[in-house]
Amino acid sequence: MAETVFAPWTDPQQKPLIQFKGVTKRFGDFIAIDNLSQDIYAQEFFALLGPSGCGKTTMMRMLAGFEAPTEGQILIAGQDVARVPPNKRAVNMMFQSYALFPHLTVWDNIAFGLRREGKSKAEIEPRVAEMLRLTRLERFARRKPHQISGGQRQRVALARSLAKAPKLLLLDEPLGALDAKLRQQTQFELMDIQEKTGTTFVIVTHDQEEAMTVASRVAVMDEGRIIQVATPPEIYEQPNSVYVADFIGDVNIIEGVAHPQADGYDILWVEGRQPLHAKSTRSFSNGQRCFLAMRPEKVAIGTEEPETRNKVKGRIIDIAYLGNLSTYHVEVPGGRIIKAQTANTRRLSRRTLTWEDEVWLSWTETAAVMLEE
Amino acid sequence: MKRFSAFNVVSLTLGFAFLYLPMIILVIYSFNDSKLVTVWAGFSTRWYGELLQNEAFLDAAWVTIRVAVASSTIATVLGTMAAYVLVRAGRFHGRTLFSGMIYAPLVMPEVITGLSLLLLFIGIGLDRGIVTIILAHTTFSMCYVSVVVSSRLVSFDRSLEEAALDLGCTPFAAFRLVTLPIIAPAVISGWLLAFTLSLDDLVIASFTAGPSATTLPIKIFSAVRLGVSPEINALSTIMIGIVTVGVITASLVSKRASVKQQAEEQAAVRAT
Repeated sequence: MAETVFAPWTDPQQKPLIQFKGVTKRFGDFIAIDNLSQDIYAQEFFALLGPSGCGKTTMMRMLAGFEAPTEGQILIAGQDVARVPPNKRAVNMMFQSYALFPHLTVWDNIAFGLRREGKSKAEIEPRVAEMLRLTRLERFARRKPHQISGGQRQRVALARSLAKAPKLLLLDEPLGALDAKLRQQTQFELMDIQEKTGTTFVIVTHDQEEAMTVASRVAVMDEGRIIQVATPPEIYEQPNSVYVADFIGDVNIIEGVAHPQADGYDILWVEGRQPLHAKSTRSFSNGQRCFLAMRPEKVAIGTEEPETRNKVKGRIIDIAYLGNLSTYHVEVPGGRIIKAQTANTRRLSRRTLTWEDEVWLSWTETAAVMLEE
Repeated sequence: MKRFSAFNVVSLTLGFAFLYLPMIILVIYSFNDSKLVTVWAGFSTRWYGELLQNEAFLDAAWVTIRVAVASSTIATVLGTMAAYVLVRAGRFHGRTLFSGMIYAPLVMPEVITGLSLLLLFIGIGLDRGIVTIILAHTTFSMCYVSVVVSSRLVSFDRSLEEAALDLGCTPFAAFRLVTLPIIAPAVISGWLLAFTLSLDDLVIASFTAGPSATTLPIKIFSAVRLGVSPEINALSTIMIGIVTVGVITASLVSKRASVKQQAEEQAAVRAT
């Protein structure tokens, strides 16, 4: 690629567009956001990911101006926005329910924000037309929201929130109401529009696949705190905690005790068995408790004993057939289940593994990530 | 199963007769040619003609309409505001007390409401007349408006208002441009209800009316004490007509709104 990779967060010269500085938000006794600091850069597609009640929606509503932080500061483009009401912020939001005005046509919905700015007709018309074109809604301009489909409504909501060309667009579970197919298609449309308009997007979602697909960076949240912020590949391949590893995708977690060796760590996991071996960027002391996180697709499964250092014999007790993939649940000594995933590159009739088969599981020493907690 | 068994027909007839026979008799006798109310002397509309010549009745009717329009309009504004605060403000200190106090006049005996208003007007030295009737009617009809409007506001999606704010509306503009158009059917039927209530009222009006202004129900009541005249029958028939039209319109407005909403929801479900 000719252009440099988009990663403003690695460049100390870059000024962040949004800064959370020690933000705490309480609702009565409940702490929704717990002393949170985070920078978000211009033109990022930043995903807030977490289970419901983790504080991600509260963070978004504070950016929009519907909630004020109890403590700390939120800066947008260097300006403290604590006293700025929602209607004075260069921030627009796309609501989970879309919140389209039912008494106005698609055209008037999109023009709503521009009219409130007091723009002239000559300015509003081309802008609305542009938004309709961007979201491919030209044919539906004169319809009311109840006369179009869910996917179209979602696009109207997007067009309406983009019409004022905000510095920052907030998307609250934008695809939650769409079915799986439409959702995927819309994810790519969103990325496309984000690229075309150059707007900074902050998306709130509980769907990890969605976050991984669209975002430049993902923040995994839990109980009002951000656990890890990283690019999707980093989040997946180098989770910083068992919580993140477990939240994103499928994972095997093996608990053990670390013993440093010259070329990495030996991990004692079952009494009387050969220890597992892993390399780690984090350092562990001798005898420290550790967790080995290992993605199922990185575990090889076969009937013959492999020549690798990490190998375990076990018995297939379950097979989850997903069409393109199969996940084998293998019971290994100590009663533990390890999942191994293979791509089904061959037709079903030519595959040999089945229930109750004795198999060997193996993985390389860099396949697993060693975690402290 | 037979839908209309003999028993059903009889009970239905009895029920409706009980409700409407007096009014039907009144309407029939309003077209009686005779001056004696209880003696039928052939069909005539002469009492309607004479009614139009009766200045006192016409004045009272004019007062009644002005009172009804003014008080229902004020009641609609105040009632909508109260409903908005009750539904929107969430929990605040004394909320239960506040909402209880808004709805209390619904169950308060009219005599007490009338009497207390009378005492108030005397206390502050306000001369009784059309103004005091308007104030009194506003007082008791705004809680009805508030009930109608707040039931609509409860099902109102709050994010619509947030979206309006987000797109640059001040809170007042958001209410005017988004909330009000959407809850308009409820506001209109609240207004019609208040209008009808004001038109009907005798008790509170008789406490708060003065020599300068008399409403139609008071006029009729005092006329009847001197004996029922066919003119009153004619007048009452007209009032029944007006009230019926008002009630039917109010229910049609709210029914149409709910049918429309349902159709829209169904269309939305189909479309997704």
